[in-house]
Amino acid sequence: MSDHSLSTAFYFLLKRDLTLSIRRRAEAVNPLLFFVIVITLFPLGVGARPQLLQAIAPGVIWVAALLATMLSLDSMFRSDFEDGSLEQLLLSAHPVSVLVLAKVGAHWLVTGAPLMLVAPLLAALLGLPSQGMLTLLITLLLGTPVLSLIGAIGVALTVGLRRGGIILSLLVLPLYVPILIFASNAVELAATGISVTPQLSLLAALLALALTLAPLPTAAALRISLS
Amino acid sequence: MTIARVQTLTDINTDTKNLLGGDNLEAVGLSCVRDDRVLFEDLDFHLTNGQVLLLEGHNGSGKTSLLRILCGIRMSDAGSVRWNGEPIDILGADYYRWMIYVGHLDGIKLDLTVLENLEVSRSLGQASDLSLSAALAKVNLAGYEDLLGQSLSAGQRRRVALARLLVTVNRLWILDEPFTALDQSGITLFEQLMTQHTQNGGMIVLTSHHTVSLEHVEIHRIRLST
Amino acid sequence: MKMITLFFHRLSSPPYFYNFAGKLLPWLTVLCLAFLLTGLYGGLVLAPADYQQGDSFRIIYIHVPSAWMSLFIYMVMAISGGIGLVWRIKLSEIVAICSAPIGATFTFLALVTGSLWGKPMWGTWWVWDARLTSELILLFLYLGVIALYSAIDDKRVAARATSILALVGVVNIPIIHYSVEWWNTLHQGATVTKFDKPSMHIDMLVPLLLMAVAFKLYYMIVLLLRTRCELLIREANSKWVNELVESQ
Repeated sequence: MSDHSLSTAFYFLLKRDLTLSIRRRAEAVNPLLFFVIVITLFPLGVGARPQLLQAIAPGVIWVAALLATMLSLDSMFRSDFEDGSLEQLLLSAHPVSVLVLAKVGAHWLVTGAPLMLVAPLLAALLGLPSQGMLTLLITLLLGTPVLSLIGAIGVALTVGLRRGGIILSLLVLPLYVPILIFASNAVELAATGISVTPQLSLLAALLALALTLAPLPTAAALRISLS
Repeated sequence: MTIARVQTLTDINTDTKNLLGGDNLEAVGLSCVRDDRVLFEDLDFHLTNGQVLLLEGHNGSGKTSLLRILCGIRMSDAGSVRWNGEPIDILGADYYRWMIYVGHLDGIKLDLTVLENLEVSRSLGQASDLSLSAALAKVNLAGYEDLLGQSLSAGQRRRVALARLLVTVNRLWILDEPFTALDQSGITLFEQLMTQHTQNGGMIVLTSHHTVSLEHVEIHRIRLST
Repeated sequence: MKMITLFFHRLSSPPYFYNFAGKLLPWLTVLCLAFLLTGLYGGLVLAPADYQQGDSFRIIYIHVPSAWMSLFIYMVMAISGGIGLVWRIKLSEIVAICSAPIGATFTFLALVTGSLWGKPMWGTWWVWDARLTSELILLFLYLGVIALYSAIDDKRVAARATSILALVGVVNIPIIHYSVEWWNTLHQGATVTKFDKPSMHIDMLVPLLLMAVAFKLYYMIVLLLRTRCELLIREANSKWVNELVESQ
C-alpha cells in the first residue's frame, strides 16, 4: 500500500471524527465543563486559604485533567463499535495502528487540547504564580496526548463490555501515575522559579514512547474486543 | 452436530481458472464453538473467480460466525482460511485489500453526509476509478450526496452501505443479509450489481433469507444446521 | 535440548499437564513446608534482634518475600500471557490468569505487613514510602486484570484481553516505579526508610532467602492447584475430563 493512500486514510478518518465532534458540539464540551467544576470543588472542600490552594494547585489541576480525560475516553470507540464502523477500520487495507493514531489524535484535539485554553484561568483562581503558567501549558501539551494514547488501550479493551466504563478507570488510572507525578512536580517547581528541564524532558520522552508503542496494543485490543 | 458439505465445481474448471491467474478463497477444516455448542466443524470449501457461495441455515446456526471467521474478525476454533494459498491471519492487510465486508450493521455515521461516509470508506481501501457520485447513481441514490445519514430510511442506508462495494477495488464480497431493509427494486438492483461483479471475475460469499436469483452465475450452497 | 522442548510440548497438552501437576504436588508441598519451617525458625528464633528496631524488624521475613513475589508473579503472568497470545497455547493463558489472584494476595500481604511494620516505627498505619506506594499501584494493576477477566463472558477472549493488559502493565511497572521513587525523594527528604534492604548480617539474610524460596514453592503449589481446576472447567466437555470423572 503506497504511503499516499495511508496518509489519505489518516486524513479522512481524522476529518471524519472532527466533523462528528463539531456536529455534536454539546457532547464535546462536557469534559471541559467537568474539568472546571472539579477544580472549583477544591476550594469549597479544603477551604479558601490562599497558601493552601497555591500549594495544591498544580496537583489539583492535573488530577482534574486526568479525570476529565478519563470521562471522555469512552466516546473514542463507542459509537464506532455500535454502528459497525469499528469493524470496517479493522478490515481496512491499512495498518490499524496508524488508523488508531488518527482516532486518538481527533480525540485529543477535542478533549485534551481545550484543557490548555481553560487551565491558566483556573490556575489563576487557585493562586498559581504567573511564573508557573507557561510550564503548566507545556505539561498539558506534552501530557494530555499521552493520557489519550494510554487511555485508548483501556477503551479498546473494554469497548465490547456492557458496563466497561467502570472497569476503565481501574485499568487506566494506575498507568497515568507517572505523568501526574512529573507534570505536577514540574509546575510546582516552576512556580517557585526553579528550572524544570529534566521533568519536561521526561514528559517528552513519555510522549515519544506512547506515540510509538501505544497504538499497537490498542489495535490488538480492538481486534480482541470485536471477535 | 453436523458436518457441512458443499457442492463444488468439477475440478477441471477450478484448475483452469487457477492457471489463468485467478484468486481463490479456501476454507480448510473450519470449526466454530459458541457457548459450548459446536456450530460447525470440519468445514471445507473452495471458491474462485466468478463464483458465489450462499450460506443457508436457520437463525443461530452459525452463518454470521462463519462470515466473521472468513473476514478474520473472529478466530476459528480449528482450521484455517486461505486467500490464494496463504492463511489470512498472516496476510492481514494484503487480504483486506481485496475484500469488503458488509455486515448486519451498516457502518454509516448518522451525523455525516452520505458523501462524507463514502469518502472515508473509499480511503480505507484501494480507491476504484468510479467517482462517489457515480457509485451512488449505481445504487439509485443519485442526488443524495449531501443528505445526513439520519435523514435516510433504513433501505436507503443499506444502499449506501452497498455502495461501499463499488468505491473500492476488490475481488471478494462478504455479505451478511445484504437484502435486509431493501424493497423489491432495491433487491433487483443489487442482484444486478452482484451479477456484474461476478462477471468481472469477482467472488461473493453471502447469507440471505431471501431467495437469490442471479443469471448465468454459479451459486454454491452450504447448509449449516444445528 | 530436544528432550526439553519435547517435554514442554507435551506439557502444553491439558491431560498430560493435569497428571504431571498432580504427581508433582505432594513433593512440592513437602519441600515448601521444609523451607517455610526452617526459614521461620531461623528468622523468628535464631536471628539476633536488630540493634535499632528490636524484634519488630522480624516482619521483613514476610514483608520482603511477599514484595518480591508480587513483582515476580506479575512478570510470570505477563510472560505466560504473552506466550499464550502469540502461540495460542491454552495452558499458557490459564497459567497467566490463575496467577493473578495469587499475585494480588501477595501484594496485599506486602502492603499489610508494611503497614504493620510502620506502626511501631513511625506511629502511623500508613507511610507514603516509595516501595509501599509502588506496591499499592501494583495492587491496582492486578485488580484491573482480575476485573477485566471476570467482565468478559467468553473466556478465550478474556484470556487474550488480559494478556494484553498484563503486557502493557509490565512495560509500565518500571516507569511507575521510577516515577514513584523520584516523587518520594521530593517530598520525604531526610527520612530514611527501613523498608530499603539494609546491610544484613548473614544470620538475618539466610532465613530471608529461605522464606523467599518457600514463598516461590507456595506460589507453584497454589498455581498448579488452580490451573488444574481451571483446566477441568474449560475442558469440561472433552474426552479426557469425562474419562477422569468416570474413573472417580
